[in-house]
Amino acid sequence: MSQNLAAESQHVDVHPQRSRLRCMWGLVRKETYQMLRDPSSVGIGIALPLLLLFLFTYAISLDVRNIKLGVVCEDNSPIVNRLLASFQNNKYFMVHVARDRREVQDDLVGGRLNGVLVIPADFASRIERRSLSPLQLLVRGSDVSTAALVQNYVRGVLRHWLIQEGLNAGQRNSGEIVRIESRVWFNQEIESRAALLPGSIAVIMTLIGTLLTALVVAREWERGTMEALLATPITRMDIVLSKFVPYFILGMLAMGLVAAVSTLGLGVPLRGSLWVLIMVSATFLCSALGLGLLISSVTRNQFVASQVALIVGYLPALILSGLVFEIDSMPRLIQYLTCVMPPRYFVSALRTLFLAGNVWQVILPNTVVLLGFAAFFLTVTIQKTKMNLE
Amino acid sequence: MASQVLISLSEVRKQFSADARPALECVTANIYGERITGLVGPDGAGKTTLIRLIAGLLDPTRGRIKVAGYDTARQVSTVHTIVSYMPQRFGLYEDLTVMENLHLYADLRGVVGKHRHETFERLLAFTGLGHFTGRLAGKLSGGMKQKLGLACALIHRPVVLLLDEPSAGVDPVSRRELWKMVNELVDEGTAVIWSTAYMDEAQRCDEVLLLNEGKLLYQGKPGDLTGQVEGQTFLIEATEDSRRQLLSKALEQPDIIDGVIQGRKVRLILKTPTTVFPALGTNVQARPTPPRFEDAFMVLLGGIPKTRISNITSHIFQKLREDSTGTRNIVVEAQDLTKCFGSFTAVDQVSFTVCRGEIFGLLGPNGAGKSTTFKMMCGLLRPTSGKAEVAGVDLTMAPAKARERLGYMAQRFSLYSDLSVHQNLEFFGGVYGLMGRRLQKTIHRMIEEFELAPFINSNAGDLPLGFKQRLAMACAIMHEPQVLFLDEPTSGVDPITRREFWIRINAMVNQGMTIMVTTHFLDEAEYCDRIAMVYQGRIIATGTPDDLKRSIPSENLPEPTLEDAFIEMIQRHERYESEGEGLRRDG
Repeated sequence: MSQNLAAESQHVDVHPQRSRLRCMWGLVRKETYQMLRDPSSVGIGIALPLLLLFLFTYAISLDVRNIKLGVVCEDNSPIVNRLLASFQNNKYFMVHVARDRREVQDDLVGGRLNGVLVIPADFASRIERRSLSPLQLLVRGSDVSTAALVQNYVRGVLRHWLIQEGLNAGQRNSGEIVRIESRVWFNQEIESRAALLPGSIAVIMTLIGTLLTALVVAREWERGTMEALLATPITRMDIVLSKFVPYFILGMLAMGLVAAVSTLGLGVPLRGSLWVLIMVSATFLCSALGLGLLISSVTRNQFVASQVALIVGYLPALILSGLVFEIDSMPRLIQYLTCVMPPRYFVSALRTLFLAGNVWQVILPNTVVLLGFAAFFLTVTIQKTKMNLE
Repeated sequence: MASQVLISLSEVRKQFSADARPALECVTANIYGERITGLVGPDGAGKTTLIRLIAGLLDPTRGRIKVAGYDTARQVSTVHTIVSYMPQRFGLYEDLTVMENLHLYADLRGVVGKHRHETFERLLAFTGLGHFTGRLAGKLSGGMKQKLGLACALIHRPVVLLLDEPSAGVDPVSRRELWKMVNELVDEGTAVIWSTAYMDEAQRCDEVLLLNEGKLLYQGKPGDLTGQVEGQTFLIEATEDSRRQLLSKALEQPDIIDGVIQGRKVRLILKTPTTVFPALGTNVQARPTPPRFEDAFMVLLGGIPKTRISNITSHIFQKLREDSTGTRNIVVEAQDLTKCFGSFTAVDQVSFTVCRGEIFGLLGPNGAGKSTTFKMMCGLLRPTSGKAEVAGVDLTMAPAKARERLGYMAQRFSLYSDLSVHQNLEFFGGVYGLMGRRLQKTIHRMIEEFELAPFINSNAGDLPLGFKQRLAMACAIMHEPQVLFLDEPTSGVDPITRREFWIRINAMVNQGMTIMVTTHFLDEAEYCDRIAMVYQGRIIATGTPDDLKRSIPSENLPEPTLEDAFIEMIQRHERYESEGEGLRRDG
């Protein structure tokens, strides 16, 4: 028995003969299996994009259709009926007819109607007399944007009706010479869908890139598997890249899905070229993945990681990216804040690509900024990834 | 046999934060190849920290560790190529299959081509996992997970194999198989470090490092340490007193430093070796018994401080409520209790009865269904079928009424860690309907009885573990229940606190309290009057510890342990099951 009190253990020869590539491949494969077997990644990768598309298309449309308008006809003459009919035949209105304003007052207050148009009893006779015939429109000021829309739409219908009736002919301003005709570029119908759908790619990629990946490293710490991995001869690069690759592919697939459904199924144009779209998306995805992995390595706890990912990833993508709320109409301070939010640049590039085309003055600077973010997050992640349990 | 030093630890110290007690203090030791070195100590002794330090996952605050000549702090990547490490919970990917787990570690260790194929074949034969290669690791039983973890660690031939509590909560049969497998490895020259909180496992190691509170108490052969207390250990038995009364009497003696209940007898350790046992009364018979490793450990720790025992009075309860059901002696009763989670039957037709003043134990590995049974008995889970009664109240009919009559101390104590000790007591007292002066009086009595006064305003989360346990117990008995349910009450507690805990339990039982307890410590089951062995959701045997031990054939095992009995019962159960299956098939 060797009582080796010199306390020096004997050397054993070590022959390192592992190939880096095989090590990495093993990890990527493992990560892919895990991803495919985890219902939440399939959910976030496929079901959620489809859900978001559905929401942006039908539910959160910023256009108002089916305005519920109460029309109070205190008079029953033919001319009033014709006016009523022009509202009833309009696809933007759902008309509820009443004889007395008290019948609809409660519905307006209770929000069951968006507006009430009152046609007073003397309306027809005043028209006959060609004197000023006032109509009253009541709207709910509590729903600011809807109220404004209702006003505009009702005015539009009225103008149309006046022309139809030829009532403007005898008016003083019948000889109107100049007519202002506004025209909207890129989104001719100013349909909010066309602007929202490309932007939703940013939200989905943030979810996959940041939320999903924020969970994966933290999960390994929580389940104790990280400890077992760290005791094997792997490097920092192995860990970060093996997490990166499968989720990158998933993110790009989800992007393809959203782009395909939007353009082929929902009629959003893609005026720029496909490869530019892929390039810009890949750049953004790198920054989102980098942020997710960074959160995960620092928190090491799935619950905290998901909370942080929601706050610094998802919410900015939704609120501060210009997707739903316009950046130009935000307070100055918040506008500065959006400058450090990668989704902002991505949303801007996406909208240009889909609705305008390969406008390099817009796309190039945005892409460069995104590249910067990606490089920054990934560098910090690799640095922050600890190779021990300290 | 000249085995070589493979790991050398010199003055290793590890401190996680400046104001905390160091996790390890000045540990100097050599660990040799071709041996199993047991890293023995209670939870919190520093075992895991030491293993992580050797694996290069932590850097020592001071001192130096060399593995096969390589410094773990500076040559960590080389250390990783020669060391294999199986962490607690085995470090498996539960959402990968057995084969996928093996492939991953083979890729990481660079085991390729024909060599990989041979290795897999060897390991699958070695672990007996050949039939389960396509099963998800998460769906394996505890014993199979442990074997897969070992297989993953053995993908390459490590110079040093580190196993962190590989047998914790695993059934005794798997535990025995694991020992056999590891012994084979040692014969091939590997140095194995096996950490454990089970003292009985220490005796099987070639060498042990005994740790307590971060300090190395002993290094050497386990037999040498037990040899030091030769002549100090006795088994005593009394004709008149119950074993519990006998134990509390014995512990009051100044020259007896430790005592535990062992079946019908009481095992005592004396301060000095002697051939004649000191008189404990006329009806006490004593005979010397060979010492065990735990006895030696208790002697090293100095036994239970006498002051801690003398303070445990035997009138915690003002009045243990007189049984409302009159003379009936059965306090807890389960009849064909079954609980299914989906297609999985966690508890399968379990029946037992517990009488007043009895300690009844459910003994079994993790996942056997102990906690599920408990939760049904406390009205926390609704049984799929069967009946549960506590103090004459049917839990399925009136769970709230039944809960008034029982106290429940959950695993990990479930205290409010950000409330103070006093606030916790106030809260739990209030929950059980104590109010006003009665509440204040009860709180006062609990504080006195459990000696919580010095911590009265500290948050429960900041208490030392032993005090947390006391507080949890105080909270559970404030309403003076008839039955106390204890779910793994001593896991993670050092042996002295564990002794103290059982002395308290004994005192309560002497006052007529009924106790139900779950444990996976086989030696702890000796405190119970009767135990039920739980295996795969069923009770495979019930009886007193002595009866169960006696039920196994004695020709080859003169002094069987409860573990031997458990293994015998599992084998009988499985034989019976397969016969039953055969019969069913024939019919």
